[in-house]
Amino acid sequence: MSKPSTSTPFWRDKRIIPILLQVVFAVIVVIAGVFLITNALTSLRQIGISFGYDFLGKMASFDIGDKLIEFSSTDSYGKAFIVGILNTIKVAFIGIILATILGFIVGISRLSTNWLARMVATVYVEIFRNTPLLVQIFIWFYAVFLGFPIIEKSLSIFEVFFFSNRGSVIPWFDITSATLVWGILLLIGVVLSYFAWKLRLKQQVETGQKRYPGYFAFGTILLALGIAWLLTLEAPFSISTPEISKRGYIGGYTLSPGFGALLVALVMYTASFIAEIVRGGILAVSKGQVEAAKALGLKSPTILRLVVLPQAIRIIIPPLTNQYLNLIKNSSLAAAVAYQELVGVGITVLSQTGRSIEVISIVILVYLSMSLFTSLLMNIYNKYSQLVER
Amino acid sequence: MEHNVLNSNKHEPTKVAPPRPTTSVLGWLKANLFSSWMNTILTIVFGTIVFVLVKNSIDWIFFKSDWYVIVANFKLLIVGQYPNEELWRVWICLILISVLMGLSSGIWKGTMGHLTSFMMGIYIIIICLPFIIFETRVWLLINIAVIVAAFLIGTKQSKFKIATLIGWGLMLPIVIVLLSGFGVFNHVGTNLWGGFLLTLLIAVVAIIFSFPLGVLLAIGRRSKLPIIRYISIGYIELIRGVPLITILFVAQLMLPLFLGDSIEIDNVVRAMVGFTLFTAAYLAENIRGGLQSIPRGQFEAAEALGLNATFKMTFIILPQALRAVIPAMVGLFIGIFKDTSLVAIVGLTDLLGIGKNIISNPAFLGTQMEVFLFVALVFLIFCNMMSYASRRLENSLGVGKR
Repeated sequence: MSKPSTSTPFWRDKRIIPILLQVVFAVIVVIAGVFLITNALTSLRQIGISFGYDFLGKMASFDIGDKLIEFSSTDSYGKAFIVGILNTIKVAFIGIILATILGFIVGISRLSTNWLARMVATVYVEIFRNTPLLVQIFIWFYAVFLGFPIIEKSLSIFEVFFFSNRGSVIPWFDITSATLVWGILLLIGVVLSYFAWKLRLKQQVETGQKRYPGYFAFGTILLALGIAWLLTLEAPFSISTPEISKRGYIGGYTLSPGFGALLVALVMYTASFIAEIVRGGILAVSKGQVEAAKALGLKSPTILRLVVLPQAIRIIIPPLTNQYLNLIKNSSLAAAVAYQELVGVGITVLSQTGRSIEVISIVILVYLSMSLFTSLLMNIYNKYSQLVER
Repeated sequence: MEHNVLNSNKHEPTKVAPPRPTTSVLGWLKANLFSSWMNTILTIVFGTIVFVLVKNSIDWIFFKSDWYVIVANFKLLIVGQYPNEELWRVWICLILISVLMGLSSGIWKGTMGHLTSFMMGIYIIIICLPFIIFETRVWLLINIAVIVAAFLIGTKQSKFKIATLIGWGLMLPIVIVLLSGFGVFNHVGTNLWGGFLLTLLIAVVAIIFSFPLGVLLAIGRRSKLPIIRYISIGYIELIRGVPLITILFVAQLMLPLFLGDSIEIDNVVRAMVGFTLFTAAYLAENIRGGLQSIPRGQFEAAEALGLNATFKMTFIILPQALRAVIPAMVGLFIGIFKDTSLVAIVGLTDLLGIGKNIISNPAFLGTQMEVFLFVALVFLIFCNMMSYASRRLENSLGVGKR
């Protein structure tokens, strides 16, 4: 006779089931991983490639059109990747700034009292949000930027901006010997003006008399710039206006068709999403706030700037961060329009060396760290703009 | 009621409604366009921009552009290189879908009815296009007739409810079997599938197959078991951190490498796998949001009833959680539908890929704008339909209200 069991069997024990479950799950994952990796290793051996990152030091025998640092086809694959990463950062950085500006304008226009402005903004959002980004990029690239006339017959605006199928060119600043002095003094001026503004504002709050903090801050910057002028007796930079020659543009800053198309498409597309976020954020600010501000006699631009936007920003920032991350990731579509950013370089390297695992792992790592970095920055700003409660 | 009682108690003087604003054209203009000098400037600026844009667009669309390229490649854009003599299979698929749409709109009306009538509108517009061949017109007319018939049956008899649901469930396998043949008909390889058909197929497959995976990942991410949780988090964050195009490249280049010689899958299936893995991670985050919105009491009540973890999830928590995130999921699906255009980069001939091939054909030199605008228009119509449906669903579910 067996004694009546007082303990539950282990397969029904609440303390053991979770552990068992996890072990089973982990084993399955590991088996799957081992299966995939052994397969990959055998297939690689069959092709005759051994895994490793030593190819990064070898000579890349291709050239990159858009580059922020010197690069020629005799440089290494590793350097090609750095050029690609810099190109990604360039388009993402400019794109984020422009998309934010355009998005806020459109988002605010969607709530305008002016019927026409509201309509234009709505149609803009509906069209750009509901068509694929890649289609938009293709339209800008193949139909607009490559559709411009040949370089000798460039379209021009005021003979300063030129557009041709080799690229668009805009006037740009040239660094002169005075640039550094101006830059340093401008920086000092900005820092000082911030403190001046703080000080005067504090006095104004304490004494209750007008101390003009804004004028003082502005004056400090002007003063710094005046000193810079006295020191150098030169303009901070010279403006180089482009000219057309047989071989291409001289002077100015040339945007390649690929970069132009990518940037315009990214900005227009992302701005339509940002506009919706801004609109939602503004609508979420309770009506009483606006009414109270109106009752205080504030003008509507002032209400928007001082009452509505600071509160809306708190709601806007988390989804806005998402849009920034999307923009960074979407910049990888440049691979389709011959702008050599990270993925574009990656594809070229991959087709030359056949190192698919290594190349894709580099690409993934870079994107992950860029995403993490952006989220980090936006989280810091988010903390800063959050409501401080008791 | 309450209002009336209050009023009668207080004996307030009868309120007179404020005078209605003059509804004349001038009054409207003054209120909406020229209410202040700022507004007037705004109106003039926007008015000029709109005028220039509209004038140039009309000028271009009707006089300067050459729409012959669309006419000549219409079939290519819609079904790709699917062989002409096998096209009836595509039509049968469409008719089956029409039957189901008609039945569903008859049974459930509402949003489904709107979508169905919208589809009929598109059919009618296509029939009226001058360049459409006779055969296509006949097929489309059959489709419309089928929709109307099915609608009438659906309104009369609601006993088809379950049959319709089962029909929708079986639709995808039936369509795949019909399109590829599978021994029953002549085999048509996926390399011949293309155009809008392929776009739709990739999107639908990704959405359907990512759903169970997304649910599992979402539950896994909220699990108390650390190994399961960390693997779920790792997967979700990895996929969400990298661009879709890299995942497509992984699927195209590395999937064959990882799977070895034992399993061979073709290009289209690889793209579908890539899309499914991608969608699942985003879907998981959406569903997790829904799970978080379920109050604790629901979990506790389910446990108090003695339900085990599986029953608790399937019957109590998930139905509520999924309902709460329907709008977000439709938004995600619209995004996935748009993103299917990325397969053009990895060399598939979806709608955009076909468009790219057409403009590289010397016979259609200089028609980039026409081709890509057509592609954009197709996406615009379908995305708008989906977002319209999502808005209506949102209202009828009352999700946004609470």
